[in-house]
Amino acid sequence: MDLTHSPADQAFRAEARAWLDAHVPARPLPSLETAEGFAAHRGWEAELAADHWSVVSWPAAYGGRDCGLVRWLLFEEEYYAAGAPGRVGQNGVSLLAPTLFDHGTEEQRARILPPMARGEVVWAQAWSEPEAGSDLASLRSRAVRTDGGWLLSGQKTWSSRAAFADRAFGLFRSEPDTPKPHQGLTYLMFDLRAPGVTVRPIGRLDGKPAFAELFLDEVFVPDEDVIGEPGRGWRVAMSTAGNERGLTLRSPGRFLASAGRLAALWHERGRDPFTRDRVADAVIGARAYQLFTYAAASRFLDGEALGPESSLNKVFWSEYDIALHETALDLLGVDGELADGELAGADRGWAEGYVFSLAGPIYAGTNEIQRDIIAERLLGLPKGRR
Amino acid sequence: MRFLLDDEQSDFARSLDALLTAADTPAAVRSWSAGDPAAGRALWSRIADLGVFALAVPEEYEGLGPRPVELAVAFVELGRHAVPGPLVETVTSASLLTGPGLANLAKRFLPGVASGETVATVALPGGGPYVLDGDAADVEFVVGEGPGAVAVSDADAVSDADAVSEAGAVELWVSAPMASPRVRHSPRVRRSIDPARRLALPRAGGELLGTGPRIAAGAADALRWARLATAAQALGVGLALLDRTVAYVKQRSQFGVPVGSFQAVRHRLADAKIALEFARPLVFGAAVSMDPADVAAAKVAACEAAYATARTALQLHGAIGYTAEYDLSLWLTKARALRSAWGSPGECRAEVLGHGDGFGRLPRVPRDDLSGGGLRCS
Ligand SMILES: Cc1cc2nc3c(=O)[nH]c(=O)nc-3n(C[C@H](O)[C@H](O)[C@H](O)COP(=O)(O)OP(=O)(O)OC[C@H]3O[C@@H](n4cnc5c(N)ncnc54)[C@H](O)[C@@H]3O)c2cc1C
Repeated sequence: MDLTHSPADQAFRAEARAWLDAHVPARPLPSLETAEGFAAHRGWEAELAADHWSVVSWPAAYGGRDCGLVRWLLFEEEYYAAGAPGRVGQNGVSLLAPTLFDHGTEEQRARILPPMARGEVVWAQAWSEPEAGSDLASLRSRAVRTDGGWLLSGQKTWSSRAAFADRAFGLFRSEPDTPKPHQGLTYLMFDLRAPGVTVRPIGRLDGKPAFAELFLDEVFVPDEDVIGEPGRGWRVAMSTAGNERGLTLRSPGRFLASAGRLAALWHERGRDPFTRDRVADAVIGARAYQLFTYAAASRFLDGEALGPESSLNKVFWSEYDIALHETALDLLGVDGELADGELAGADRGWAEGYVFSLAGPIYAGTNEIQRDIIAERLLGLPKGRR
Repeated sequence: MRFLLDDEQSDFARSLDALLTAADTPAAVRSWSAGDPAAGRALWSRIADLGVFALAVPEEYEGLGPRPVELAVAFVELGRHAVPGPLVETVTSASLLTGPGLANLAKRFLPGVASGETVATVALPGGGPYVLDGDAADVEFVVGEGPGAVAVSDADAVSDADAVSEAGAVELWVSAPMASPRVRHSPRVRRSIDPARRLALPRAGGELLGTGPRIAAGAADALRWARLATAAQALGVGLALLDRTVAYVKQRSQFGVPVGSFQAVRHRLADAKIALEFARPLVFGAAVSMDPADVAAAKVAACEAAYATARTALQLHGAIGYTAEYDLSLWLTKARALRSAWGSPGECRAEVLGHGDGFGRLPRVPRDDLSGGGLRCS
């Protein structure tokens, strides 16, 4: 049981802090769910990457700093404490990259990772389909063999950031007549501007085009863009899903910073007695999530694989995030009704954060699905009628 | 940074678990509740033999501690087995007497605590007016504001050189003559919702042991230990409730299938699991830092998680869960009681946000403190 960081880790933290203090934009960037904001965020990713801060845990060869999980956690704590911008490259960095590290070829890693680290190629995840949500394995988009590659057809939906992104990765049915739905799937990457692709942005609750529908009509993908073995895509995808729910999608640093800002807001707003307990719970929750993650990281460093425990994580942070933002809006009183951008200073950002948080229990596998995983795989309860 | 129990700590938990599993603890709980502490006392000395109370006592007084992490490990197990008695209070007393300037008191009382000979109970500011198991404890410590001008029964025992009791000064009293530790009468006992918790108002009179700011500071320190041990105990109570309920819903059938195959049942248990698994690191994190805000956070999270699990356990057991005969009740009632013990959820939440002038002190924490150290942030 040790919560102290080695002098080397502390030096790393200090270096990160100094860099962030010197570089974090003085004024917040525009929302990354707008064309203007997306471009500004790409610029920020490039600035991070120039000094190897965009993907600290990756090998140096791909633009990282080769540093372990603990330093990644420290970096994230510093990053969000400094009020640095949200990461537009997150789908690629935290979902596709780990998949390529586990299942990709050396050629794919060398080709794909460096431009991802620099924000030059921003990735979207194309898993869901209109008829395949929680039951993802029922997906119907096809990959048909052709000379030197595959032809993709079908429809994908709810693809985050696809309105402005460059490329996408997803699952396609390459063998239509398998006995089980999760067999015969192939994991592929494709260009969102390739011939045959139509991207239709979809407005989320506040109208911003945060995700998109993709229509694919015989889109050519070369063989080199298949990840893992053709027909075995489900297994590859499930390792990505583990990353998504597990350690990397929501770093504790983000919630520590948000809880700190919430406590400050509460203080500034006269220590409102009606929200006091919920503010305290936000602070407690951030600490719980940080320490839970430290324990998970310690197990990981001991060589244990991240298993179904990541479902505990996912439900926790998604519900926590909503509670935190709801508390902030309640604390703002009538101003809590105002949409993002109508407020300034410490009051700013809560509205957009709230809208974003509302989707947490839905994406990355709904919380109902996560609770089923917890019940069956962690508690050993019998499968049943769902 | 390696935030996990080491092998020795895990082995310690396992031996305690094995001891308590073999000991028919529920029977000891039931006789303790009925006012017969013999079986509970026997259990107490076996727990003491494993070193549990010695963990709260410094080495110079024949202890092994203080070692908060190991104590937290132990209290999770004590909670999992619903062990009765003033466990938290004994550990808290040890911490109280370890404060600066109290060496003669420590010498007098702590070796007995470490060995398991002395069962102690205590009342402190911030912990409510009752002493737990006042009828079964050998010694009772009470810290409170003195009425002023009281006679000091044994001047030698007063450790503060000039401990003259002043009106409004914080005083430490001990009662229950050590000469006849096992003679008890229990008219003062007030029934708790948890029958195994025998609450009593402190005895009048006794011996004044000390007075002044030192005692006040020692009591504030001791409160942290009370909250930490209660949090760990509550976590154990919650884990036991979850385990027993999971086992029950696998085996109880309705409509031709195990109750545990219904999603409404499975999801409630998943939520209990989430709450407990996120309380656990708070408990151990608090044991590592012993920061008052961390400890208060652990108390809130562990007690709320245990209480929510108790509600779920009761619901999923159906009517059998609502009976005093069925052993589940031993944990159900304790989960409720521990929520209020040693600081209500509201008091602990106030501590998390920092108090002072009307819990206004909310320091802008330097970035260093965002990890590792204390919890308060702004
Ligand atoms: C903001 C946002 C961003 C997203 N980004 C992406 C992205 O980038 N890429 C991508 O591929 N997808 C993305 N998604 C889609 C997301 O993964 C799906 O929405 C999700 O998997 C749920 O599918 P569904 O919406 O079709 O709901 P459905 O599966 O139709 O479910 C509807 C409701 O029924 C419940 N339900 C379904 N099955 C069960 C069951 N067995 N037991 C209990 N309840 C059940 C669900 O939990 C849910 O409450 C995003 C979604 C959102 C909201």
